[in-house]
Order: sequence, then C-alpha cells, then structure tokens
Amino acid sequence: MVAEVAHSSTSPFAIDIRNLVFQWPGEHGFRLSIPQFLVRRGERVFLQGASGSGKSTLLSLLGGVLLPQPCHMRVLDTDLTMLTSSARDRFRVDHIGFLFQQFNLVPYLSMRENVLLPCRFSKRRRQRALQSAGSAASLEQSADRLLAQLGLDMTLARQPVTALSVGQQQRVAAARALIGHPELIIADEPTSSLDAGRQVEFLDILLGRCDDENVTLIFVSHDQRLGSHFSRTVDLDKLYGVAPGSA
Amino acid sequence: MKALLSLAFASAWNRRATLGLMAVSIALSVVLLLGVEQLRTQARESFSQSISGTDLVVGARTSPIQLMLYAVFRLGDATHNIRWSSFQAMAEHPAVAWAIPISLGDSHRGFAVIGTTAAYFEHFRYGDRRPLAFATGKPFADIFDAAIGAEVAERLGYRVGDRIVLNHGAKDLGLAEHADKPFKVSGILQRTGLPVDRSVHVSLEAVEAIHLDWQGGAPMPGLSIPAEYVRKFDLAPKEITAALIGLKSRAGVFQMQRFINQYKDEPLLSVLPGVALDELWSVVSIAEKSLLAISALVVAVGMSGLVAVVLAALGERRRELAILRSVGAGPRVVFMLLAIEGLMVVMAGALLGVLGLIVLNLFAAPILEAHLGISFTPGMLSADAWQLLLLVMTTGFLVSLVPGYRAYRLSLADGLTPRL
Repeated sequence: MVAEVAHSSTSPFAIDIRNLVFQWPGEHGFRLSIPQFLVRRGERVFLQGASGSGKSTLLSLLGGVLLPQPCHMRVLDTDLTMLTSSARDRFRVDHIGFLFQQFNLVPYLSMRENVLLPCRFSKRRRQRALQSAGSAASLEQSADRLLAQLGLDMTLARQPVTALSVGQQQRVAAARALIGHPELIIADEPTSSLDAGRQVEFLDILLGRCDDENVTLIFVSHDQRLGSHFSRTVDLDKLYGVAPGSA
Repeated sequence: MKALLSLAFASAWNRRATLGLMAVSIALSVVLLLGVEQLRTQARESFSQSISGTDLVVGARTSPIQLMLYAVFRLGDATHNIRWSSFQAMAEHPAVAWAIPISLGDSHRGFAVIGTTAAYFEHFRYGDRRPLAFATGKPFADIFDAAIGAEVAERLGYRVGDRIVLNHGAKDLGLAEHADKPFKVSGILQRTGLPVDRSVHVSLEAVEAIHLDWQGGAPMPGLSIPAEYVRKFDLAPKEITAALIGLKSRAGVFQMQRFINQYKDEPLLSVLPGVALDELWSVVSIAEKSLLAISALVVAVGMSGLVAVVLAALGERRRELAILRSVGAGPRVVFMLLAIEGLMVVMAGALLGVLGLIVLNLFAAPILEAHLGISFTPGMLSADAWQLLLLVMTTGFLVSLVPGYRAYRLSLADGLTPRL
C-alpha cells in the first residue's frame, strides 16, 4: 500500500509551516502565530492543549477553511495560501480526512452513505477507494470492508445512524476519514465523548488503520494520558504564543 | 449536482413530517389563490355570456349598472317602469329588428316571475349566440300558462301541467298571493346557467290579469275578479319594466341609443350591454381584487412559514454543515443544499395545490353551477392561473434563497467547528 507515491512530492514533511500569523477580524480579534510547525509524512502527532487554546483555528488553517496572512505554509507540499477557496475545498476532500468530537455523522444518511460522503465530493477519493477494494469491487463494498476492519457489524447498516452508540458512531466517522486513502487525517478530540476503556480501544483501532495505510495523523486532545500512544507530543501553548487581543 | 440533489432529497425526507406539513399549507394557499382566480374569471365569463345578440337594454332612467342588474341579472328592483306606448314606439322604429318586453315584480317561491312575449323565446340569445330551448313542453300560449326555468323545475319538482300560484312582490313574504288565479306549467326550459334558469315566464297579459283587482300592491277590498272573467277585460299591458332590443344593423346602435335616450314622452335610458358589463365589472373588480390580494397574502404566510421552519432547523444542522464542509462541500454547495430543499417543498406544495384544485373542481363544479349559476369548466387552468402559479414558484424560489443564504453565512463563520 504505497499509493502515496502518486502524489508528486519530494519534501519529507506533510506539514511545513513557518512564521504563520492569523488574526480573527475585529480590533480585539484572537491572534495566533506559529513560528514553526513541522510534521513528517507518516508521523503520528499528539497536539495537546486546553479548550480555548486556539486548536479550532489551527485545524481550520490546516484544512484550508481559514487563510493566514501571507507566509510559508505547505500542507502535503501544497501552498494553501495560493489556492482559491473552491480549490482549497477540493484539496481538503482530496487529501485530508477529518474526525470530530461527536455528532460526527449526517443524521439522514445511512452508515454506508456517511462513509462514502468524501467519495461523493472527490473523484480522487472515489478512485482510490475503488483501487484499494480491488478492480471488480464497488464503492459500497469498499465502504463495507473498511467498516468491518473498524469492527462494525454490517447488521448495523439497516438502522439509522442516530441509533448507533457513540463509540459505533465514532468508528463510522473514522471509516469516513480513512476511505479513499487521504494522506493526512486530522482528528479533533474524537475520543472525548467515550469512556476511558473505549477511548483506548478506539485509539488502537484508529492508529492501527493509520499504520496499515501509512497515513499522517494529527490528533488533538486536552487529555494528556493519551499522549503515550503517539510518536510525538506537541504542546499547543509552546507551539504558538496565544495572544488574546483584549489582554 | 447529482450528489447535491440526492443529499437535499435525503435531508428533506429525513424531516418529511415537518416539511410535508409545510408543503400542505402551501398547497392549501395555492388552492385558495388559484380557486379565487378561477372563480373570478369564470364568474366574469358567465356574466358576460348571460346576454348576447342584444344591442340595447332599455329601462327607466337610472344608472346603467342598475339597469343591467335588474333587467338582465334579476338583481335588485327597478325604481320606475316604462310606458307600453314607449315600448311600442321603439319596437316599431325602422332600425329595430325585434324587441323583447320585460315586466318584473312578482315572484314564485323566491323565483322571479317575468312577464314577456313570445319574442323572448324567439330572439333572446346567450353565450355563443345560443337561443333558449325547451327541455319539455312549449312556451306559454294561454293567459295562465307559465314557462319555467330548469332550476325552478328541478328545485320545486315541477312537471308540465302542474299548477302554481304566484306571489306579489319580489320577496316571498307569504302574505299577498295571487291564489285566485293559479298558473299551469306549459313548458320547462333547458338549463342555461343564466338567471333564466331561476325564472318563471308568463305573458304580459297574465301580469295584467292577476293585478286587475289589485291596487297599490294589495288586493282591493270587496273586489274580486274570478279567473274565468279576466278575458272580458282589457289586458293590454300599460307598463313594463325594461326591454331588450335587437337592431337590423349593429351600425345604427348609437343612433338608436340617442333616439331612446332623447325620447320625448318620458325619460328613458338605453345601454349597450357590453359597455354596461364593463362598467359593472369595474365596480366588482374592487372586491375581486381584494379577494385575490387576501389569497396572495395567505400564500405569503405559507411561504414565510416555510422559511421559519427551515431556518429554525438550521440551528440544529450547523454540525451537519460542518461535516459537509470537511468533506469538501464549499459554502456555495451548502447554500444550494438549503435552497434546493426549500424549493422542493414549494414545488411539492404547488403541485399538490394544482391537484387539489382539480379534485375540488370535479366536486364543486355542479354545486357552484346550481347555486350561483356560474358555469364551471373543470380541469384546465386559465392562462392567468398559470401565470399566478409561475409567480408562486418564482416567489418560492426567491424565498428559498433566504435559508440558503443563512446557511452560507453560517458555514463561512463556523468552518469546521460550529460554535454551539
């Protein structure tokens, strides 16, 4: 599974940020600056910080939803600051899988449809999902296989996703983030709504999948105990000086 | 685009109970709007069809609208009559082809009694120049014969040969009856959808005969002339209420109108039915326009209800929008998703409304025809109705942009992390 070569890249970094400054609009707008943030391809990084430490802003910047002031910012060797907003939307779905805290699923879509959402919006993800499932397989089979790998019984497929337990919902969300082999997965406190036992179980599954597919993982949490599962822990407060304008 | 449509559909289907109710409320408002419009055009059509081929309507001097109302539609009362000699002068005028006298004032169980001559059945035309025709029987021949309209016969269950008693006065007061002089039903006219259906036609002589022993609206005390003796009296009419006149050539209509309006012996008024109907319509149109405006308001209420429902749900959907953003949906896609959803509800509502109207037409048409005399052609929407429907859909489309725009703003502000 070395499909990543398809992306013409020479840099060893999945994320390469230098001298980034972002200012929310308004006089007292929240200001965030990152002198340097480097993540190697295939690395699993644990970003640790309390809520209100600007992690949402950082994730939005990495996902290309927000734009920083002109600076050196490469995500998967792409300069997001040079792309139009619709190109950033496409880049996001083509290369990044997102995983949120809770209520991760679109309530009116089935389990399988939720997993296949990125494939609806991205041709690249669709093709890669089909490739990984084998030439004769359908997208649905690819989704089912991924769901099975994440420990989800296909008998659950018939009920509405809102009837699934939180843990099951998070696994469906993980399958959605993983389908079609995005190079980068950004997880924003995906375990915070799970109890301690389930947290570790979910983390093991997620890390296992990332290892198998050689995906770069950025995992954000305020829970320090989880840090031991990752190759590197980055303290958000040390990464950048958070300067609320009012202070 | 296909992905977007199926998403919007899945989302709408998920909230089908609420949105379905909204669609129904829009459908009802569309039924009201189109129904009012249809009633308006068909009533108008049926009004303008109620007289054709008549060049002038003549009566005592009053307003043209009032003259039309009592002479043609049997609505309201005449204030004055015209002399028989005036009618004869008009009828004998060289430009006149035919003249129908009309004498009003009596009634039969709520239906108007019309004193006239055989010319009525011969020359009266309606709709597409259709003459009156008898379903059974024949016009009145004897003094105490009556030719009744289709609805009179149907409602009161009369057949040819039945005996009926007329009342004095237009209202059925049940007091003054011409009980001593009963009439025999000589014929029943075919249904026309006109006031004719609700009229009892008798000869002018009969009107004179039943009033021989009357004076000032009441039977003369001590005097009673039995029916068998009325023929001994002079039954030549002295007054009539109005006259319908047909000319040999339409070109002479203004000349004839001037002749009548400047008639020396008594003040007369003659109107061209088309002109008077237009005038009548300009009065009625205030009412019909306000009705239409109210229906339009009801549609607006339905639409704002839809916007309120979609907007209210939007608050709970911010996380869903963030998920869609994370899988590559741009703010514009989010905008379209919400706009399409609203539009689908409006379209479903409009479609339901048209279907509802068609069903309603099938059931209501006979009832309307019987009670209002408005002939309904069910099924087809008029060009005006289509235009209204198009307007409703356009408004619906514009209104759907509101939640779309709101979602667009929200998804721009929220990005991937909705503030809840």
